[in-house]
Amino acid sequence: MKGIGVSPGISIGKAFVIRKDKAFVTGVLLKNDLEIAAEIERFNLAVDLATAEIESIRANRELMLTEEDLAILETQVEFISDPQLKEDVIEKISSDKKNANDALIEVTASLVELFQHMDDEYMRARAADIQDIGSRILKHLNGSGKSGAQQFEPDTIIIAEDIAPSDTITMDTRYITGFATQMGSKTSHAAIIARSKGIPAIVGCRDGLQGIKDGDVIVLDGISGLIHINPGQQVIDEYRVKRDEFIKQFEKLKALKDIPCITTDGAAIMLTANISCADDLDSVFDNGGEGVGLLRTEMLFMNRDTFPSEEEQFEFYKKVALNSKGKPVIVRTIDIGGDKQLTYFGLPVEQNPFLGYRAIRICLDRTDIFITQLKAILRASVFGDLKIMFPMISNVEEVRAAKNILAQAKEELQNEHIPFNADIKVGIMIEIPSAAITADILAKEVDFFSIGTNDLCQYTLAVDRMNEKITHLYDPFNPGVLRLISNVIEQGQKHNIHVGMCGEMAGDTMAALLLLGMGLKEFSMSAGTIPAIKNIIIGHSLSSAQEVCGKVMEMDSSTTIITYLQSLTA
Amino acid sequence: MITTDYIITAPQGMHARPATNLVKLGKNFQSVISLKKGEKTVRINSLLNILSLAIKGGETISVMVDGEDEAEAATAIGLFFTEQLKDQ
Repeated sequence: MKGIGVSPGISIGKAFVIRKDKAFVTGVLLKNDLEIAAEIERFNLAVDLATAEIESIRANRELMLTEEDLAILETQVEFISDPQLKEDVIEKISSDKKNANDALIEVTASLVELFQHMDDEYMRARAADIQDIGSRILKHLNGSGKSGAQQFEPDTIIIAEDIAPSDTITMDTRYITGFATQMGSKTSHAAIIARSKGIPAIVGCRDGLQGIKDGDVIVLDGISGLIHINPGQQVIDEYRVKRDEFIKQFEKLKALKDIPCITTDGAAIMLTANISCADDLDSVFDNGGEGVGLLRTEMLFMNRDTFPSEEEQFEFYKKVALNSKGKPVIVRTIDIGGDKQLTYFGLPVEQNPFLGYRAIRICLDRTDIFITQLKAILRASVFGDLKIMFPMISNVEEVRAAKNILAQAKEELQNEHIPFNADIKVGIMIEIPSAAITADILAKEVDFFSIGTNDLCQYTLAVDRMNEKITHLYDPFNPGVLRLISNVIEQGQKHNIHVGMCGEMAGDTMAALLLLGMGLKEFSMSAGTIPAIKNIIIGHSLSSAQEVCGKVMEMDSSTTIITYLQSLTA
Repeated sequence: MITTDYIITAPQGMHARPATNLVKLGKNFQSVISLKKGEKTVRINSLLNILSLAIKGGETISVMVDGEDEAEAATAIGLFFTEQLKDQ
């Protein structure tokens, strides 16, 4: 069995299968009244079981539920036992002769649709609740009482269809030693999370995971993408040896931690990390990171019921600033939308969410949300070297508008006599082709650029990075993408502003020499990959990297480029 | 049948929690209790139906109560819309 290895390492453990109750319509039609009566009975039973499940959660004193929690559960019970829902499902069973499964899926889908299209933000967000209710009843209808639990035994390997951003927040990853998912690619959420936590992972396994049951022994090789299900003792022993070797190599790289990142001809390069919260900083410094090239702020906004207040956000940024040992930290303002949705901020379903209402576009529209975040970051800026970065910039007007709002935030703080760093550095992410092409224009407006290769690649190549059928086209070594990156770095140098990179490419050992040769000054990546990149940079000279870059920029296809780059690192 | 109009004074309108309470309140009575907003009328025994009206603050709705205990039911529902809804 083979998938795409996305987070290196070897793990040996027991499978824990998370099955999302995938809504499969069977299309089976019922033959007679007897079957109809049986399906209605089955549906009623599933509703009763689902209700009983919620009631038992509600009655569980050990869970220490708050009044708020109890109210939510009470609403869930009303949803599940809703007479209209029941009537609609029974109608479909008896008139359309659908089985209970299909009837429920169709009714849920049309209710979700109805709520999604309401003109009220709050009501639109209820669509997710209804989907959840439908899935809950469906789960009981199909007799699988188990759901995505959050606690795991030691040495657990998670087997799932896909892992959504919201899943990982509620998962206790301490005992998880590996991930394998059916869907996904190198840049899907599961891959990014696994790499940042140093957990071996394989994605895009497709049907290869179908037969795996809970407790099966799994050997997972996150480098080659191979998975062995219930292998013999010999294979397990073989992989134990491999795992130990990997860990040894990993420790060796870690020993590079305190060695400065300087090329053999004396060019100093900054290696920083992408993080999501203050707790991630430990692993940044453990791996020899010199700061944070990207602090994602989405975690502050996800998995909750309302927008966080200025005070709450301030505490979050302050904690990061205080723990950053005076090293620079680039704070990216809200990057929601796209694949990152908030339940309480009911954004309508879009046909092309990645081309839609997201990130800075939301911020410039909902300035109330934006200014709250900017004030919180500014207030925290007295506790460390914070910088502000705006994502999804496509033109200079957006930069100016965002800067105007920042100025307004500063003014408000000044009037309130709250201290902040008045000279806070401001930068933008370069992730939209128009921004990369007009880097010369944008460079005049900001203090730094950070190239986000994941989106830049997807937008430049017109490849949806969530669509696994076209994964092969998602290729950062496409000469078109490389020319854009090269232009951004060149214009940055010309206008004397700092250029870094915080996309996946920055942590790709194959790309390191090329990017160094282009003149990239800062590489920001998952903390775990810093030693491997450092190992390459300190072993080469800037001039040899420039030669590599010169050759690559002459090549006409990514196949040639990749073959050449691989021959260098092999 | 008793029909009464109410202006929703709670600024957030009819969210899931008050709607849940309204469903529960209705269960105490024999009468059939319905809400009407615009052209759409729903019974209050269904949370989904109440929410599907998307009742917002400032809007006017009609409440229809029909049955043996309609007088008591109408009083209780009236109290819900005039007093309790604001605090939920």
